[in-house]
Amino acid sequence: MISNKGRKLMERIIETIFLVCAALSILSVIVITIYVFAKGSPAIFKVGAANFLFGTVWQPEANQYGILPMIISSVLGTIGAVIIGVFIGLFTAIFLAELAPKKLAGIIRPAVELLAGIPSVVFGFFGLMVLVPIISEYFGGAGNSLLAVIIILSVMILPTVISMSETSIRAVPSTIKEGSLALGASHIQTIFKVILPAAKSGIMASIVLGTGRAIGETMAVILVSGNTALIPHAITDKVRTMTANIALEMGYANGLHQETLFATGVILFIFIMLLNITLNILLRRRDGEAA
Amino acid sequence: MTDPSARRRISDRILTGLAWFCAFITVAVLAWILIYMIIKGAGHINWAFLTNVYKPVRDLYGIYPMIISTLMIIAVTVVIATPIGICSAIYLVEYSKPGRLVNTIRFATETLAGIPSIIYGLFGLVFFVIALHLKYSILSGSLTLSIMVLPTVIRSTEEALKSVPASYREGSLALGATKLKTVSRVVLPSAIPGILTAVILSIGRIVGETAAVYLTAGYVPNVPSSIMRSGRTLSVHLYTLAKEGISFDQAYATATILVVIVAIINFIATRLARRLSRATTGG
Repeated sequence: MISNKGRKLMERIIETIFLVCAALSILSVIVITIYVFAKGSPAIFKVGAANFLFGTVWQPEANQYGILPMIISSVLGTIGAVIIGVFIGLFTAIFLAELAPKKLAGIIRPAVELLAGIPSVVFGFFGLMVLVPIISEYFGGAGNSLLAVIIILSVMILPTVISMSETSIRAVPSTIKEGSLALGASHIQTIFKVILPAAKSGIMASIVLGTGRAIGETMAVILVSGNTALIPHAITDKVRTMTANIALEMGYANGLHQETLFATGVILFIFIMLLNITLNILLRRRDGEAA
Repeated sequence: MTDPSARRRISDRILTGLAWFCAFITVAVLAWILIYMIIKGAGHINWAFLTNVYKPVRDLYGIYPMIISTLMIIAVTVVIATPIGICSAIYLVEYSKPGRLVNTIRFATETLAGIPSIIYGLFGLVFFVIALHLKYSILSGSLTLSIMVLPTVIRSTEEALKSVPASYREGSLALGATKLKTVSRVVLPSAIPGILTAVILSIGRIVGETAAVYLTAGYVPNVPSSIMRSGRTLSVHLYTLAKEGISFDQAYATATILVVIVAIINFIATRLARRLSRATTGG
């Protein structure tokens, strides 16, 4: 009897341990959010929200803390990367899910996985040594540029877009596809007019996920962007993203300067949160479609 | 009559061609990066490079300290994140009932997966390095990375647990085993390949991480005498070499080593995953 009771108690205790571990994720999100906001938001008020967000001059030594150039650079770099990355990624996903001979898909899929595993600093180094000189030669300028950022980021988000889109395309019930083929549509017509619309939520989710990766990328961007904190007027201009701003100056900043770097993190965090919420809505819709 | 179908055939051809072309680009970019790094870097990798300390004043440019720092960060992170991740996954798969708590946990892990590494770095800096007085250290870096890889560990372990057939659990319970015994003796052992995959995938992320480590473990290029000391990982080393333009030869060599490590990790993970799927579908 006692041993039975003891065992039951033991079971309860261990179940609670499992629960606590699972709850650690929630705790982490809360603590991360609180700390980043607590450390970053005071600076926004000290500098003045308008001055901080819409100021075009970033000169910490002259007490000028405007991050508009960084916001614009981050947004432009991300939009450009998403346009290219989603185009190539979506077509690759279609190829893998619908068109590729089995053997070829068996080669491409591991390649995409490997691409996902390559460290971002290696992408950045490759960009610095290969891409930047090419851009400098064919487009003029130093080569470190918004264009280099866009190209490197578009490659880096490819795996995200490809694997998630492929999964969504594969999840479309084969009856829908067969119905379309039976009505006389060609395979390609079926893919673009029937399967892709049916996989819409999942594909949108892959785009949002890719957007998040692009806007949050740091080290690769630093190595190819030139890091000039000015609003770019041409695609060959040097740029500095929000992420780069944080990483470049965190090492030596202190006082208000350091606080404004955390504030830059707050703005980045808000962007990421908005993307995350969008992603969650899309995923729920996708799972709803599947069920 | 023939016009629309001819046009359709042309557009079909173009779209098919585009799909082939884009898939080719994806593979070509990967091949280009790999081949370029290996051709430029392999020649600079030798025994001295791998085993020397890094003391530019004494003309020593080895990456031995970075290898040790990387291994230490991997070890500590895996020791922290794996048990927590496995326990979370067990709770989610074996114990939880659908409801608000589970939804919140899932939302939290998805949010963690979406937070960029620079934000983890900032958080680790204020929380572990400054608030908890752990300073720039292997431990600060590992704690930060543990939170970062947690979603990976949880998700892969969950998948592994879910793929264990319900009949195993029912058989064990029918024989009078308790829920805990069933989970620890029957479900977990069958999920081991999946859990190993989770660990290996997180090692891959740790090796490749730069921004978060840079801000929490620092970049002192010495062999850390304990986990309370700062250390420079291979990725951070490559970043420093490339950013400061110190030596591109050393940078190529370091990049090659990183790429090879990642390729090996990927190979093992794919192998394990394949064995896992064979084990569950085959028997």
